[in-house]
Amino acid sequence: MTAKNSPKERRIILKHADDPNYSNRLGCYLREGGYEMLKKALKMKPEEIGAEVLKSGVRGRGGAGFPAGMKWKFLDRKSGKPIYLICNADESEPGTFKDRQIMYKDPHQLIEGMMIAAYAIQAKLAFIYIRAEFFEGARILERAIAEAKEKGFCGEKILGSDYSCDLVVHRGAGAYICGEETGLIESLEGKRPNPRIKPPFFPAVLGLYQCPTIVNNVETLCNVKHIIEMGGDEFAKIGKPNNTGTRIWCVSGQVKKPGYYEFECGALTLGEMIFDVCGGLLPGRSLKAVIPGGSSAKILRADERFVGKHKDGTDFDWGIEDVPLDFDGPMAAGSMSGSGGIIVMDDTVDIVEAMANINAFYAHESCGQCTPCREGCLWMKKITTRMCDGDAREEDPDMLLSIANQIEGRTICAFGEAAAWPTQSFIAKFRDEFVQKAKHSKRSKNSLQLI
Amino acid sequence: MKLTKETLQKIDDVIPRYPDKRSAVLMVIHLIQDELGSISDETCEWIAEKLDLQPINVKELITFYPMLRETPWGKTHIRVCRTLPCALRGSYATCQKLEKKLGVKEGHVREDGEYSIEFMECLADCGEGPVVMVGEETFENIDEKQAEKLADQMLKGKLEKSADFVSYEKGLLSDSPSKAKKSSSKTKK
Repeated sequence: MTAKNSPKERRIILKHADDPNYSNRLGCYLREGGYEMLKKALKMKPEEIGAEVLKSGVRGRGGAGFPAGMKWKFLDRKSGKPIYLICNADESEPGTFKDRQIMYKDPHQLIEGMMIAAYAIQAKLAFIYIRAEFFEGARILERAIAEAKEKGFCGEKILGSDYSCDLVVHRGAGAYICGEETGLIESLEGKRPNPRIKPPFFPAVLGLYQCPTIVNNVETLCNVKHIIEMGGDEFAKIGKPNNTGTRIWCVSGQVKKPGYYEFECGALTLGEMIFDVCGGLLPGRSLKAVIPGGSSAKILRADERFVGKHKDGTDFDWGIEDVPLDFDGPMAAGSMSGSGGIIVMDDTVDIVEAMANINAFYAHESCGQCTPCREGCLWMKKITTRMCDGDAREEDPDMLLSIANQIEGRTICAFGEAAAWPTQSFIAKFRDEFVQKAKHSKRSKNSLQLI
Repeated sequence: MKLTKETLQKIDDVIPRYPDKRSAVLMVIHLIQDELGSISDETCEWIAEKLDLQPINVKELITFYPMLRETPWGKTHIRVCRTLPCALRGSYATCQKLEKKLGVKEGHVREDGEYSIEFMECLADCGEGPVVMVGEETFENIDEKQAEKLADQMLKGKLEKSADFVSYEKGLLSDSPSKAKKSSSKTKK
């Protein structure tokens, strides 16, 4: 990490985001060549756009990393039912704040990406499901849509073509579960956002109003615009095979310069991100652990080694600083890149308190539909909170692990895994600290209160 | 229940946006809650009738979603982010400082109805934590010290025009002081 040039950002999605001369108004977007790609796309056949997106290899930026082009291919086009497009702008994974930057600072990029995607899948209507905490974000989007409609970029007969598609901004109301795509769909239908059982039917077949529906993340939909601009093959050259394009990483926690940084996939390692790009840790601190992909991702311990084999058969042996920042890197290290939210913790952090903080989040956000999740999350919160209140017991780590293991795989949606993974990984990697808690119950004086 | 003409008009505008009336329910609730501050049983019945639903279809949303209210928050509602990234930057101390300065515990409304504080889950601005929202505006890097100053400005009624506290939303307008301030504070760190 010494004497090396800091890796350079490559801003595609956030190209204009922090330009002081750039605003979120249409005039500004048009000056920078805005909506030219929509014009280009409308001259193509819808299936050609789908083919380019598939070729680009772009993977979903919301958390699961599923190839967007493949998702579109699953769409049931034979049913004759209307098709819907939904932009998932719920951005609720703790540690993630990238979609906010796009929507507040460059909303027309999202609208253009969405209208291209809507045309490609021949959607009848498109929605942006935005979290309710983004009050101004919803207003910015509403205004941008009105501007776009006036110029014929969305709504009736887009740019004089035969294709019409309206765009509706829909606000959530503060529930994390609405980021889960079937929970989001239920919420959009006006119901409690209890996720749906899948398989066998995914939203691409039975989604909104039981019609074929595509749900994509904000960043993913913005990428569609750039795929049309470059062509799928060119786009696929950015980043690495199976990890194409750029990603916006959101770094938070105890580094000198937290923030959002857009890099080509695999252009840098976790170590370079923390120590070069983010200016390193606070003075006098050392690295303790990193959660690489939003709070649901499994924690990585600073002194562990990650050893294994790549898909191509080559071996790897990484320290935490060597983990490549792309989709497959954190996955190979036993965690995931998720939504790109990197949470950094230094040696002052009481790991049991951090665990209690995360557990309180999941206990609050469980939708309550499945018993293992509803009850399990609450118990994990209660136990870890009690441990931090000075009443830790020796058997607590095993008890916590047993609860987490009974949630994982026993719920309708992936929230169960998202809530179980932190506990499982914290205890697997920091069991000593959980055991110690029973002996020294007090928080050390330079450690922050986290629960 | 009484709503202004504007709100009634907005409600009538938002319903036909959806292929199915029921889908408009959250947006209708937001519009009414923005005006009245909360959704009473009577309001649930009104919304249900408007959208051809049963009152329970509305009530079950009010009791589910964290941001929907059966009783109103204070005149100025303050949201402090509790989740890990903000907590790692000191949001517990921030919340406690605001509680002390404003004289109200989180989750509660001050007796005179002026202030309420909510220590809530992730506000999706983790890079600039601790994050505090005052009304609909987002203030970044509000550690314990800043929280004290922020509360002072609020209590003096000067937050709106404060040069020290420029919200994320106001900072988006180009040439605003916050953009310049932000870049300098970044390098300073």
